[in-house]
Amino acid sequence: MNDVLEDLEIRLLLEALYERYHYDFRSYAQASIKRRLRQVREKLGFPSFSAMLEGLLHDTTVLPHVLGYLTVQVSEMFRDPTYFRAIREKVIPHLRTYPSLKVWVAGCSTGEEVHSLAILFREEGLEQRTMFYATDISQDALKAASSGIYGLDRIKLFTQNHQRSGGKSSLSDYYSAAYGMASFDKTLRERVVFADHSLVTDAVFGEMHLISCRNVLIYFDRTLQDRTLKLFGDSLVRKGFLGLGAKESLRFSNQMGSFLDFDKEERIYQKRGS
Amino acid sequence: MNRAPIKAVVIGGSAGALQALFTILRDLPENYALPILITVHLPPERKSIFAEILQSKCQITVREAQDKESVSIGTAYIAPPDYHLLVEKEGTLALSSDEPVLHSRPAIDVLFESAADAYGPSVVGIVLSGANADGAKGLKSIENAGGVTIVEDPGTAYASAMPQAALDTCSEAFVFSLDQLAVYLKNLEGESRI
Repeated sequence: MNDVLEDLEIRLLLEALYERYHYDFRSYAQASIKRRLRQVREKLGFPSFSAMLEGLLHDTTVLPHVLGYLTVQVSEMFRDPTYFRAIREKVIPHLRTYPSLKVWVAGCSTGEEVHSLAILFREEGLEQRTMFYATDISQDALKAASSGIYGLDRIKLFTQNHQRSGGKSSLSDYYSAAYGMASFDKTLRERVVFADHSLVTDAVFGEMHLISCRNVLIYFDRTLQDRTLKLFGDSLVRKGFLGLGAKESLRFSNQMGSFLDFDKEERIYQKRGS
Repeated sequence: MNRAPIKAVVIGGSAGALQALFTILRDLPENYALPILITVHLPPERKSIFAEILQSKCQITVREAQDKESVSIGTAYIAPPDYHLLVEKEGTLALSSDEPVLHSRPAIDVLFESAADAYGPSVVGIVLSGANADGAKGLKSIENAGGVTIVEDPGTAYASAMPQAALDTCSEAFVFSLDQLAVYLKNLEGESRI
């Protein structure tokens, strides 16, 4: 059956991506990765996944395209405003009690979320004692994230989201507009370290007080979700916080025991104290 | 011809789809022998009462789909607002926040294409009332995989653009009124119980 053949081709392709380039998508949820691979195959004009595999192995210009499709996620600043409101109103009071803070945005993509958190922490007067770590496996995404430039057409939504999240300033204080682009103030990134880190293959990332990882786990299969959540647990200080996407939860995970529900509705968890 | 046993029903719609869903789902019994996966275009607000509204009129269980949950018979799963709904080969649901398709997230095409992959010929795809062309490409995937394709009669649909686009793409699709669809779905159960 054609379908079986296609699945085999996809397995080989993912294996090759790993063996040759050390990008490991083998434990990603199947349906979505297949969809993205089809998109890139169509875009690059390969007649089959086998042909794309050949291209990937012998033509180094193919890799960035494939990675682009497999990794880049478009997000919004302050996406799901109620999540950021919960961070502001419920998590921040706890964070205030620490003399210095580390925040990790895991799977930061093009940086909308880390900019949102930097603004929120500035509004709450915590920015100067915080180091932000924004990580992703995609160099292109990291480059975009560290430039902080977004299409002006998205600013209206970002501004609405910011206000609905309880923003205490005006978003326009943080960017300048020119040529259809909004360029966010570089001081927002002064305390941000952008780094290449893979949740699939890399290890613990330091003593974090807050980890925000939204709409990343839905792309992983269960085993990889569990691995990642263990990594987060190990990377957090005791009573540190973990924020997930609106439709992600620890409920089905074997790591549930390491965390408490902190704000169930907003998918914010707290690492147990002992 | 002996066709493959049906294992799931997937439904897509937009404007006018809620009313259509009432009509075609309300008479299905609580222990209906198939799972039903539904993508309807909704505003991207996080909270949706769509599933609850539908549940209030149905005997089958209706709820919002959750990532990684296994599909059960007698249950209709609704794509949550602002996420695509997909189904995996092993019969679990998956969500994605990939970019919108034809300005829509959730998109019907995404659900239908994954269903064509997951179920092959063993799925029924239904395009209901709606005002854009989402679903046409996905229904074609189901057709190509040998599944059953059905379109709500554009002549009587609340909004004809979506079923018409599906019909233009899948000329083999059955064209049913909502009442015919209700009967079809009900009978499908007996067939799948063999």
